[in-house]
Amino acid sequence: MEVPFVLLIGLFFSAAVYLMLSKFLVRVLLGVVLLGNAVNLLIFTNGRILREVPPIIPAGHDVPQALTANPLPQALILTAIVISFSFFAFLLVLVYRAYQDLGTDNGNEMRLAEPENDPLPPTGY
Amino acid sequence: MNTLIFRTVAPFLTALMVLFSLFVLLRGHNEPGGGFIGGLIAVSAFAIYGIANGIAAVRKALWFHPMTISAFGLFIAAIAGLMSIFFAVPFMTGLWVYPVILGVEIPLSSVMLFDTGVYLVVVGAITSIALALEAEEDA
Amino acid sequence: MAATPTDLSAALVMTPVATADWLVVLPPAWCILAGAVLLMARKSLHLQGFLAVPALAVLVLLDALLLAHVAANGPVTMVMGRWLPPFGIAFTADLTGVLFALAGAVVALAGAVHALTDIDGSGRRYGFYPFLLLLMAGVSGAFLTGDIFNLYVWFEVLLISSFGLITLGSEPRQIDGAIKYAFLNLIATTLFLITTGYLYGIFGTLNMADIAAKAAAGRAELPLMTLAMLYLTAFGMKAAAFPVNFWLPASYHTPRIVVSALFAGLLTKVGIYALLRTLIMLFPVEREELSFVIALTGAATMLLGALGALGQNDIRRLLGYLVISGIGVMLAGLSLGSPGGTGGAIFYALHSMVVMTGLYMAAGLAGRLSGTFDLSRLGGLYARSALFSALSLVLFFAVSGLPPFSGFWPKVMVAKAAMDIGAWWLAAVVFLSGFLTTIAVGRVFLLAYWRPAGGALSAETIPASALLPLVALTALTAVFGLFPEALLSTIQLAAQGLADPRAYIGSVFPGGN
Repeated sequence: MEVPFVLLIGLFFSAAVYLMLSKFLVRVLLGVVLLGNAVNLLIFTNGRILREVPPIIPAGHDVPQALTANPLPQALILTAIVISFSFFAFLLVLVYRAYQDLGTDNGNEMRLAEPENDPLPPTGY
Repeated sequence: MNTLIFRTVAPFLTALMVLFSLFVLLRGHNEPGGGFIGGLIAVSAFAIYGIANGIAAVRKALWFHPMTISAFGLFIAAIAGLMSIFFAVPFMTGLWVYPVILGVEIPLSSVMLFDTGVYLVVVGAITSIALALEAEEDA
Repeated sequence: MAATPTDLSAALVMTPVATADWLVVLPPAWCILAGAVLLMARKSLHLQGFLAVPALAVLVLLDALLLAHVAANGPVTMVMGRWLPPFGIAFTADLTGVLFALAGAVVALAGAVHALTDIDGSGRRYGFYPFLLLLMAGVSGAFLTGDIFNLYVWFEVLLISSFGLITLGSEPRQIDGAIKYAFLNLIATTLFLITTGYLYGIFGTLNMADIAAKAAAGRAELPLMTLAMLYLTAFGMKAAAFPVNFWLPASYHTPRIVVSALFAGLLTKVGIYALLRTLIMLFPVEREELSFVIALTGAATMLLGALGALGQNDIRRLLGYLVISGIGVMLAGLSLGSPGGTGGAIFYALHSMVVMTGLYMAAGLAGRLSGTFDLSRLGGLYARSALFSALSLVLFFAVSGLPPFSGFWPKVMVAKAAMDIGAWWLAAVVFLSGFLTTIAVGRVFLLAYWRPAGGALSAETIPASALLPLVALTALTAVFGLFPEALLSTIQLAAQGLADPRAYIGSVFPGGN
């Protein structure tokens, strides 16, 4: 099972990097979303893939009754999903605001913070 | 989007979804469910209400500002963790009480308090983002 | 099948926990609690400052008590929810972490007091103080956690609060800076997460003490070099090291000046702390092999920072490059790995937290008095206020590494450690970058302070609450420059604890692993 997953992860990462190399922020944003999913798959695969039951302890017991899937990667992924989801929401608003206020979604044209012809400091009084 | 059918159904749908989100929240201790997923269901409910009746109606219906709800959730989640300082057990240890109310034993725990906090944080934070995005849509 | 009574002592902490051990988790928990209260009360503007400043004072107190506790008893551990490590998330405070946490808390307190009169009503309405408290929750959590995935979570907590702070006011210029800051930092933390995924696949544990022990035991067959290199890249990006530093000069001059001051004091240093924790404590052998790469990166970062500072007209951007230059010194110390090198890196990080925050505050006051941050238009500040000029001069000396201020000792430690192993070129770069920094800040003093004013300066008096934190930070750098012995011996113990983590591991696994 690992090999198809590894190939899929590779595909996700290359697509994410390709999108993030774009000048346009919306594509970069989509790249970031893909990257987050690639990482989640990566953690999932790293936790070893088993065809087992979900790690839920039946009522009245203290320990699982049979072999279960590894719950830790699932917890890690859940955390990572929550975090990447909130970042996506924030970045979406930020990119939209940038488009409204700066009138562009092209990263190369955003030069307000670093003006192109910033003067050099004076060399004398 | 703003058809008569949708506008008529939306309040009932919202009420049903909020109820369901509470069910998912309370179910979460021993079965799949919990604060995060319950919170997301509630946010979807408010988003539907906002699409149908506008964000002003949602803000009015929520009564509190979404960020205040979120802050209150954070507050009770932190309190749920800190309560264990009085019982000489580590941070965030689950504490249980079993009060009998009207002849029914109701297990209450700091874990549930924490989960409720998570629910409120998610409801507040994501609702405020959803409302901000919907407000851009209206403008 | 009936439930068999299970022996819980294999998984849970059964002994009562001493109240003193709670100090490990209290700093982040307290910040979250206070941040939540401030967020609920964000409509009452006049309350914000009065609540936030005492809250941060309590944080300083908690960190100071924790430092005393750790200095007396060695590393302290507490696990969440009674689950024994490595199952539960452990918080472990050792000297390095607590020193960073205490310095961070002091800087945040200074920033909060400074902001009382500097952040205007709109900034407060957008929630400066709640975000600051949540930022401090992230920073304290990152310094005190003993679990590498938990470290990632705290990184994200501080990142999302810093997003809130950097967009405070939402001017177009800020949005531009925030975009670059947000995207590039997000990629850095994602790289951190990728590496942590690999690390979990390799070790099957996320507890740092457990990893340190398992890495030492199974070094021969595990692909640890990959992990070390990936962590170096991820945290190097967070710390703004040379080839991946471009987010910092693009964004640090755009937010409110207090926010810049806090960022300069806190954020990049968290990256340095994570580098120390992973490369010195978890992967020391791999760090030794990467030593030359790190040293080159450090040298390039120092020079880029100093040269960049020479070419800036806006003093806030100039200071951004000085932050980068300081990161280079810490990387140089890290690359050496010897007690002197690691100690120098820790000392320089603590020094840089205090001094960079002070410098941004001074720049903010200069800008407020003159109405501009342009070196070509600033002037007459010495005639305006001699006390303020003297304070600024002390900070300029400190950031250049001139004696008798706190920047001098760590630079000497790093340079000496470099010369001990024959890396004279690294020592030379440390001094060259110090020399270039002296020229850059000397020119600021010459132009902005000594040069007669071009136009009329603002007649407003500098409010005491804006000047007091500046005085306090300047006093700190002077005191630790003149009497470094106590701090030096603590830092040496901290560096030893990182290089030889037996005490750290012993605190997490008291019964042996």
